[in-house]
Amino acid sequence: MYERIREKLGILADAAKYDVSCSSSGSNRKNENKGIGDAEGTGICHTYTEDGRCVSLLKILLTNHCIYDCAFCVSRRSNDIKRAAFTVDEVVELTMNFYRRNYIEGLFLSSGIFKDADYTMERLVCIVKKLRQEERFNGYIHLKTIPGASDELLREAGLFADRMSINLEMPTETGLKLLAPEKSHAEVKKPLKYIQNSITQFENEKALIKSVPRFVPAGQSTQIVVGATPETDKEIMHTAHAFYQNFSLKRVYYSGYIPISNDSRLPVIGSQPPLIRENRLYQADWLMRFYGFKVQEILNDVHPNLEADVDPKLSWALRNLDQFPVDINTADYYMILRVPGIGVASALKIVQARKFNRLYESHLRKLGIAFRKARHFIRYADSPMQLKEFEAGHIKGLILSESKSKYQKNPDNQLSIF
Amino acid sequence: MELYIFDGSLEGLLTAVFECYRRKSAIVKLVTEDRHVPDVFDSGYHVVSDREKGKRVWKGLCAKLGKDWQLRFYKTYLSEQPEAFQHLLNFARYIIDQPAGASENFAHSDVLAVSQTAQKVHREKHRMEAFVRFQKTGDGIYYAHIEPDFDVLPLLPEHFQNRYADQRWIIYDLKRKYGLYYDLEKTEEIELDEAPQMSIINALPSNLLDPKEELFTLLWQDYFKNTNIKARKNIRLHVRHVPRRYWKYLSEKQG
Ligand code: SF4
Repeated sequence: MYERIREKLGILADAAKYDVSCSSSGSNRKNENKGIGDAEGTGICHTYTEDGRCVSLLKILLTNHCIYDCAFCVSRRSNDIKRAAFTVDEVVELTMNFYRRNYIEGLFLSSGIFKDADYTMERLVCIVKKLRQEERFNGYIHLKTIPGASDELLREAGLFADRMSINLEMPTETGLKLLAPEKSHAEVKKPLKYIQNSITQFENEKALIKSVPRFVPAGQSTQIVVGATPETDKEIMHTAHAFYQNFSLKRVYYSGYIPISNDSRLPVIGSQPPLIRENRLYQADWLMRFYGFKVQEILNDVHPNLEADVDPKLSWALRNLDQFPVDINTADYYMILRVPGIGVASALKIVQARKFNRLYESHLRKLGIAFRKARHFIRYADSPMQLKEFEAGHIKGLILSESKSKYQKNPDNQLSIF
Repeated sequence: MELYIFDGSLEGLLTAVFECYRRKSAIVKLVTEDRHVPDVFDSGYHVVSDREKGKRVWKGLCAKLGKDWQLRFYKTYLSEQPEAFQHLLNFARYIIDQPAGASENFAHSDVLAVSQTAQKVHREKHRMEAFVRFQKTGDGIYYAHIEPDFDVLPLLPEHFQNRYADQRWIIYDLKRKYGLYYDLEKTEEIELDEAPQMSIINALPSNLLDPKEELFTLLWQDYFKNTNIKARKNIRLHVRHVPRRYWKYLSEKQG
């Protein structure tokens, strides 16, 4: 029995790892019943894989059997691999025992589709229900919606899960049709819309009656695979933006495609996953969500792709030098946020500290900004007199040469966000 | 400059602040007894920790500091770093002397130092929340030991108590030789007579463990391996997130 469960976990964790969503935050499920677990506040990453991704949830498939044949997926029916399926009890037991030992924040459960959508979805619902009702588990649960599942099952799932998601997979309909002819974006939009409407409905009722249960408190997310099909970054980010807007998503994840099949429609096995590009997309996503940038400012027809050598914020600044320099001692918060090398935390500190004294270089260096980068774009109390305005190419050259070692030592370039 | 020597306690530190005012000292250098090397010319002033004096200073500080800064003050104290004690003393005097709101002056070196040290301690607390790996013992208690860089144990009860309300647990600091024990009702500080031995895999000896414990350790190690994507291997990033000094706590790094 030991060996069988180890084998299943091996197969079903391996097959689930390409789903990049990892977050366990944004819920507010408190431990109120003296049960186990607490999903309040920000999530905790309990460990990191050797590829540097965080592990906060037990991420597994219920099964890797699948009736579909999506070319980009390891579980596709035409792939000759070992198949396995957990029982409901096995998933519950694994989750509880991992959680009790503080290995994880909760469960991320996805599945291949066996038999049909509802049959599969029903089992997923069964697992969450058991965890919540029998085990009194208050940890985080992220459920993958099975495309095509009925509204009733979605609704039931939503009562027990913290987050639900359904993957867009390819950034455009054309891309998706090419690799997964049986699927469509419309199929993704329908459940996203249904859940979104239900969330709003529950919230409205909650305002009136206190005892209304929670419904998907951490909201919905989706994932876009990058680099399997030829879309530009502009197409990717505009799709992401539209989904943020239309379905009030909490997150869009971008997953650099890792070749797993010898399909002529796809990059060949062994080609490097587009990690820099993936990272730039996340940075662009951050600029949209936390820095007040409009997607059109970052990507448009003139500028359809993010650059590999500079981050999108620096890239924007270099294209908009007329908006600089920004005076640290007078500029408004949002303009300070737009300076390359200044993040949210240091921008806040700057506007607080300058109420007390005019800020000098020495202050700025201590406040935790990337001064060498930022200095080209700012004025402060003792900024040196500038004889001539530098032009964009020159500044970029300076910044790149100063940070050269960093870029070179890091060939696979999984840079942190700014 | 005057030299103040205190016992290293929080009460002592706050008393030292009180004494600065009572004795009208302008510039004070603060050291703990165990680091103080007596000097022929300057014997220094020995601060006698005093509950009442400490309380008065703390009340004065609280009147001018929001909850978040009160907690920062405490966290910085838990860093156990000699420079941090000095910054706390200076910070306290600065806050008391200035009108309310002075704690927002991040360009002030003591304000900045206190906030940065608090941040470091906070990060260590957060790491412990992440890196604790419980093992179920034969008598059903979930046990873990840690050796944090800073003395963060006092910051942990709330988190673990909320999370593991229905299981008894112990988190033991091997370096500082005390721990927390939650008995399903409340969390208490404990000292174990015999400090638990760390075996090679940061585990309790197997005769103390629940018979299924080994299986879950194995499953967790399997999971850790299988969820890795080889094509994305990036050890530098891995080590940045999980610094090597923490590996010994992590069962998944022992497989
Ligand atoms: S339906 Fe899902 S699991 Fe099945 S092949 Fe397509 S992507 Fe893979």
